[in-house]
Amino acid sequence: MTQTRKRRFPIHAVVGTVPMILVSVGVFVIGIGFSVLWSFTSSKLFPSYNFVGLSQYRRLWADDRWLISINNIWFFGLMSIACNMVFGYLLAVFMDQRVRQEDALRSIFLYPFAMSLIVTGLVWQWALDPNLGIQQAMRNWGWESFTFAPLVQANTAIYGLVVAGIWQGSGVTMAILLAGLRGIDSEIWKAAKIDGIPTWRTHVFIVAPMMRGAFATAFVLQCVAVVRVYDLVIAMTGGGPGIATTMPAVYVIQLITVRQNVGQGMAAATLMLAPILLVLAIGGILQWRNRRKESRA
Amino acid sequence: MTDTSVASRIGSEPERAGTSVEPSGPKPRRISPGRIGLYAFLILSALFFLIPLYIMIVTSLKGMPEIRLGHLFNFPGEVTFQPWADAWLHACTGRDCFGLSPGFLNSVKITVPSVLISIVCASINGYALTFWPYKGANLLFGLLVFGAFVPYQVVIYPLIIGLSSVGLFASLPGIIIVHTIFGMPILTLLFRNFYAALPAELFKAGRVDGAGFWRIFFYIMLPMSVPITIVAVILQVTGIWNDFLFGVVFAGRQNWPMTVQLNNIVNTTTGVREYNVNMAATILTALVPLVIYFVSGRWFVRGIAAGAVKG
Repeated sequence: MTQTRKRRFPIHAVVGTVPMILVSVGVFVIGIGFSVLWSFTSSKLFPSYNFVGLSQYRRLWADDRWLISINNIWFFGLMSIACNMVFGYLLAVFMDQRVRQEDALRSIFLYPFAMSLIVTGLVWQWALDPNLGIQQAMRNWGWESFTFAPLVQANTAIYGLVVAGIWQGSGVTMAILLAGLRGIDSEIWKAAKIDGIPTWRTHVFIVAPMMRGAFATAFVLQCVAVVRVYDLVIAMTGGGPGIATTMPAVYVIQLITVRQNVGQGMAAATLMLAPILLVLAIGGILQWRNRRKESRA
Repeated sequence: MTDTSVASRIGSEPERAGTSVEPSGPKPRRISPGRIGLYAFLILSALFFLIPLYIMIVTSLKGMPEIRLGHLFNFPGEVTFQPWADAWLHACTGRDCFGLSPGFLNSVKITVPSVLISIVCASINGYALTFWPYKGANLLFGLLVFGAFVPYQVVIYPLIIGLSSVGLFASLPGIIIVHTIFGMPILTLLFRNFYAALPAELFKAGRVDGAGFWRIFFYIMLPMSVPITIVAVILQVTGIWNDFLFGVVFAGRQNWPMTVQLNNIVNTTTGVREYNVNMAATILTALVPLVIYFVSGRWFVRGIAAGAVKG
């Protein structure tokens, strides 16, 4: 039956999805293709097709800014993802204990996520201001030696970004993981209780492995956000002090707009695609393996 | 999922189905050291999340002399709404000193059409992918979902070149197109999953009655799509309102959205920094998504969850 139906070409469906075709092919295939292509050229402000091989990549890896931004994204990524996952999971577990005012607490944990990263960055920039922020308030309360102003020093500024990242992102992690927790059959808990397994062990060894899906979702979501991180840096530190908190996304935009070096910018952008492709590939392989396991069973 | 399942799982009283044993022993104590620790953790966390908001509100109501004293957490001695008026009408974004109001208008002008167009496109996509899959449709969809993961920086420059070649770079239609493009992957996924969960009989009945692609879409599918459309609207309005990168790159100076103007007010001021005006401006910028968040509540969470299931 399906074979006879497929004979007629659904012309209206194709017409209706023209925007999707344009975006899929025109932006995501051809657009990325051009970005990669231009990374091999000596393009300055405007694209050129004067191919120079890998020299843009070589120049990129000789540039301190790029090396610092790579270091920063690793540090920021590992720190903020680890903290968000741990803090988010703790919040989810604690929220799952039949607490009073659950809705109110949930709203509080999640509201920063509704706000722009620009707003988040500006808020924390002020809270961490050494003369007017938390540090000064503590000193005025009599704690004269209190020091907490990470943003003014090059080697600590990135911690400030991590704090803001946790403030904005751990609520979402909590929401996703809480949904995962609630999706677990209550029989599991009863069985573990009957077997006399302590609650924390049930959590770590039985329930957490069952929440693989929720963890994976939260993790991928944060990986994508980390690679893209731009607004937060611009609002909070502007990449400074100096170039201490510059990130690949900031670096690419600077190369395109301020330094008008499109070839090198596209080389950097192409490299930004690599970790995403890696994560997607790993995800794809895992899915494929799972499917094979299921079909065997 | 529901409260009852949670209650039955964590409840300290085990169910005694089938036995007639009377409950005995002391009633489980509600206040144990564990409970106290639990609430302490939750309350401390809540403070961590609330303090920045508190600082913003309190500071925006103070005068500058009071702010310079550095008592960040103190309640304003003398409440003034002047900073709010200044932020809205007089704060300087670089050369111009018209406050945030032009940026607000720009954000509205960008958000409303972007949301409408992207949702219309995505709902047709989702419908076509579910009920009228043509050869190659799934490959296109795969590419689109891949696009949800691509860092924006990878496609920004080709888009700049593409839009300027048709004369739409740094214009209102340009930024609307950009938001439509980047909203499409996740929204299409949302609508496709929704339509795929509908009973296929709905579609078949329409086909038997001789209805075509558009008739079934408008008369059967659209009226059923209200709940998912609400989720999509919330997702898009907050997402587009909060955008900074696309606004600063694609909108053009005269169309800069509120987020861009806010950043300019705060981070490029020369001379005295007016912290109270800055914080009032920040709250004003955050107000629209916050109102949507608090009004829509669970819909918002559902939107994030639905948006997150792409993994």
